[in-house]
Amino acid sequence: MYEHDVIVVGAGGAGLRAAIAANEAGADVAMVTKLHPVRSHTGAAEGGINAALQEGDDWELHAYDTMKGSDYLGDAPAVETLAQNAPEETINLEHWGMPFSREEDGTVSQRPFGGLSYPRTTYAGAETGHHLLHTMYEQVVKRGIQVYDEWYVMDLATTDEDDPNDRECHGVVAYDVQSGNIEGFKANNGVVLATGGPGQAFDHTTNAVSCTGDGHAMAYRAGAPLEDMEFIQFHPTSLPSTGVLISEGVRGEGGILYNSEGERFMFEYGYANNSGELASRDVVARAELTEVDEGRGVDDEYVHLDMRHLGEERIMDRLENILHLAEDFEGVDGLVEPMPVKPGQHYAMGGIEVDENGQTCVDGLYAAGECACVSVHGGNRLGGNALPELIVFGKRAGQHAAGEDLGEPEIRTGYGDDVEDETDTELPVAPGKAGLETSGSVAADGGVAADAEGVLQRKVETARERVDTLMDKEDGVQHAEIRAKLQKAMTDYVNVFRTEEGVKKALEIIRECREEYQDVYVDDPSRTFNTDLQQTIETRNLIDVAETIALGALVRDEFRGAHWRKEHQERKDEEWLKHTLISWDDGEPSIFYRPVILEGENKTYEPKERSY
Amino acid sequence: MSTQQAEPESQEAPEDPAMKGAESPAADEQNGGGMVDEHAEKAAELEGETVHIKVFRYDPEVEGKQEPRFDDFHVPFEKGMTVLDSVMYARDEYDSSLTFRHSCRQAVCGSDAFFVNGKQRLGCKTQISDLEQPVRIEPLPHQEVVKDLVVDMDHFYDQMHTVEPYFQDEDTPPVDDLEEQRQSPENREKIKMSSRCIWCGACMSSCNIAAGDNEYLGPAAINKAYKFAMDDREGEEIKEHRLRILEQEHGVWRCQTQFSCTEVCPKDIPLTEHIQELKREAVKKNLKFW
Ligand SMILES: Cc1cc2nc3c(=O)[nH]c(=O)nc-3n(C[C@H](O)[C@H](O)[C@H](O)COP(=O)(O)OP(=O)(O)OC[C@H]3O[C@@H](n4cnc5c(N)ncnc54)[C@H](O)[C@@H]3O)c2cc1C
Ligand code: SF4
Ligand code: FES
Repeated sequence: MYEHDVIVVGAGGAGLRAAIAANEAGADVAMVTKLHPVRSHTGAAEGGINAALQEGDDWELHAYDTMKGSDYLGDAPAVETLAQNAPEETINLEHWGMPFSREEDGTVSQRPFGGLSYPRTTYAGAETGHHLLHTMYEQVVKRGIQVYDEWYVMDLATTDEDDPNDRECHGVVAYDVQSGNIEGFKANNGVVLATGGPGQAFDHTTNAVSCTGDGHAMAYRAGAPLEDMEFIQFHPTSLPSTGVLISEGVRGEGGILYNSEGERFMFEYGYANNSGELASRDVVARAELTEVDEGRGVDDEYVHLDMRHLGEERIMDRLENILHLAEDFEGVDGLVEPMPVKPGQHYAMGGIEVDENGQTCVDGLYAAGECACVSVHGGNRLGGNALPELIVFGKRAGQHAAGEDLGEPEIRTGYGDDVEDETDTELPVAPGKAGLETSGSVAADGGVAADAEGVLQRKVETARERVDTLMDKEDGVQHAEIRAKLQKAMTDYVNVFRTEEGVKKALEIIRECREEYQDVYVDDPSRTFNTDLQQTIETRNLIDVAETIALGALVRDEFRGAHWRKEHQERKDEEWLKHTLISWDDGEPSIFYRPVILEGENKTYEPKERSY
Repeated sequence: MSTQQAEPESQEAPEDPAMKGAESPAADEQNGGGMVDEHAEKAAELEGETVHIKVFRYDPEVEGKQEPRFDDFHVPFEKGMTVLDSVMYARDEYDSSLTFRHSCRQAVCGSDAFFVNGKQRLGCKTQISDLEQPVRIEPLPHQEVVKDLVVDMDHFYDQMHTVEPYFQDEDTPPVDDLEEQRQSPENREKIKMSSRCIWCGACMSSCNIAAGDNEYLGPAAINKAYKFAMDDREGEEIKEHRLRILEQEHGVWRCQTQFSCTEVCPKDIPLTEHIQELKREAVKKNLKFW
């Protein structure tokens, strides 16, 4: 057994920032991560970090844009915390040596991004995430923070009181990918989940193969609700063949979208008469698919993004990486031809419900980064707002887990007297239940009496048994088959456009996947670097996460932000200014709601129509 | 854990029996043929163009895989298919024990550097159509093989850490938290290429010197040091400290400008040039010459 004050699971932007903060607060912190830190998906971020740095801009404008972009589903205390802290945190990266792009006078450059009223996106070429990730990893090396890399976290060691609000998290169970050894990691102060997005629930995604929603699923099964999972962002410009992202920076710098008729459709068909290509992502993604559906797509599949007119010099200076991506993955030279693009799954606005300090309703369990939902993005995330979220809330989670006092949070978590119950939406299948109880759905028994070590020990044993069962089984279904079926169902039915019938169909297929998973087995007999085993466990997590996405999409019968419903073409503020929460009770999801907090520090954000 | 030194150059590829699907003489024995036939059948159903890949296999734990061997796979070709796509297909459709690292599939995470047709390349960045078939896919040479295409990266990481890979002027930043340390666009441009390294290890694996001298810092670590040493935001004193690390016995002077690192770097970093520049800096600063 290993023991530390704070255990950070995941070493992307959020995890690294949390670990540095916990270390600075004096805690003995360790990171446990399935990939070596520099391999984390944060490295793929291209566009930039929003922070009100310049004169003429200020945090209040940033907060306003974010609330509007969120379609009024962001919680004001979180949104304002983001906007207030982003400048200092961004400049802090600069102090750590991050190579931002520079102006003539040596200050960091900023550029326009969709949905922003001021060009406040700070960037390092079109490789902002790469530099952010490496800069923070360098600081981790400098501080000598312990990193257990290529350790896959399978489960949380949480007590099992009936009410999740009474539960406590004492650590994690992980296995060493290289040797197959399963061990407990005891956390004396807290566990911070920073496991990134769940993009692999879809088959056309900009997300890395490692983005399998592990943290979501582990927290969910430990009793922390998942919030606003229906809000999935589809990025308007991903390459059709692979899903590789073409940064919004291209449109920020003046790139233009054309349909097959050569029309600049964002204006031509009135999708966004003021902002055109720079309207918010949900608006542009829907516009593109409408063009394709109406027969004006190229090859019936995509549209064109043209940056040729920007000139070679500007492109080389600010978007060079884009040229390489288009060339390597689509065989297109962006200097001489337009690039093919279509919407792809990109980001999960929802996630593990946390407050401004990163805490979930389970004591000692924190979450930060894309796996968390402190609710800064609401119904739709503005480009450039995820990276500041990683550093602002990663830091806060690390500090709080290390025992620093950050004040009382305004956001509440877990089931309590401020929530509204259940819906009357009819579900096509009893979701969740398929007798899948082997993975220790809630926690070790032993309840209140059990000490931390006992809880952890029991969890380690359960995990070992589970792996033995998977490995001993001689034949059955392979995870790849189930995963492919799940991904297809999500892309077919829970995509940019959603219908009631479609989402119900998806839920049925997810249920089938769950049943098939009962018969899953691992073919590779080796304990050494068994990726078959790892992916099999990840697939289970994907099933849980996909189910919450589809459930959220079914119950929310309105049109808000990225969540478009065919039968419900309006935003229903009377009924839906609230978060969807799904929690796992006794092996089956239950749904409840919590009102959005629109009151900020100095003002209340009044919902207005979003026009761009 | 037992590991195994890969010497792909000296390895005999088993003869290609030109069957479809996953097969190799060794696999045949080990699996009693059943699985192989099934794969062959699956692959035989494939219509259209296929790609023939030969993949290095080794597992210290599994009988029949302890002796390194090559397995043949035939995967359906699709336009734009990369080497990574082909091994993923082989794994998902034919043999789920086929093991390799990969994640971003867009050339930024640095996890899938393989030895492809005799050259270090990123699987995800290499179009299958550019290669001669059968495509031979092996782990990076000069590194311990953990299993199949997975090599032990610890030595590579150790070397990266040796050069103190972190910015060292942040202890005396501008007084105001919100004040930036200014850097000219030219200076940023100067360090730009060096800052692109994704720690894939291709350069280190291609370097003859590194192969013969385990203590040699190697091109990636030296390039990492270059990034800091050339950044004007770090002061003169620290620059000198960095050059001292670099000009030690197993540092920059070991480089014999063979350019193999520069040739394989998937990020087009002019590694050899950077190493040469650091040598010149060291001379300028009158540092010791080994
Ligand atoms: C292509 C692309 C471009 C983007 N560009 C921008 C941009 O320009 N600006 C912006 O603001 N946002 C951008 N985003 C969004 C943003 O980059 C991500 O939301 C963010 O990087 C996620 O960071 P993270 O730290 O939460 O997770 P990640 O960086 O994904 O890290 C997750 C970590 O968790 C670990 N992990 C996961 N599961 C386990 C487990 N079971 N056990 C152990 N470890 C585990 C992984 O090893 C990894 O270290 C972009 C996203 C994509 C996909
Ligand atoms: S310098 Fe190039 S080849 Fe070497 S590790 Fe970095 S990216 Fe890979
Ligand atoms: S998969 Fe990330 S570099 Fe190839």
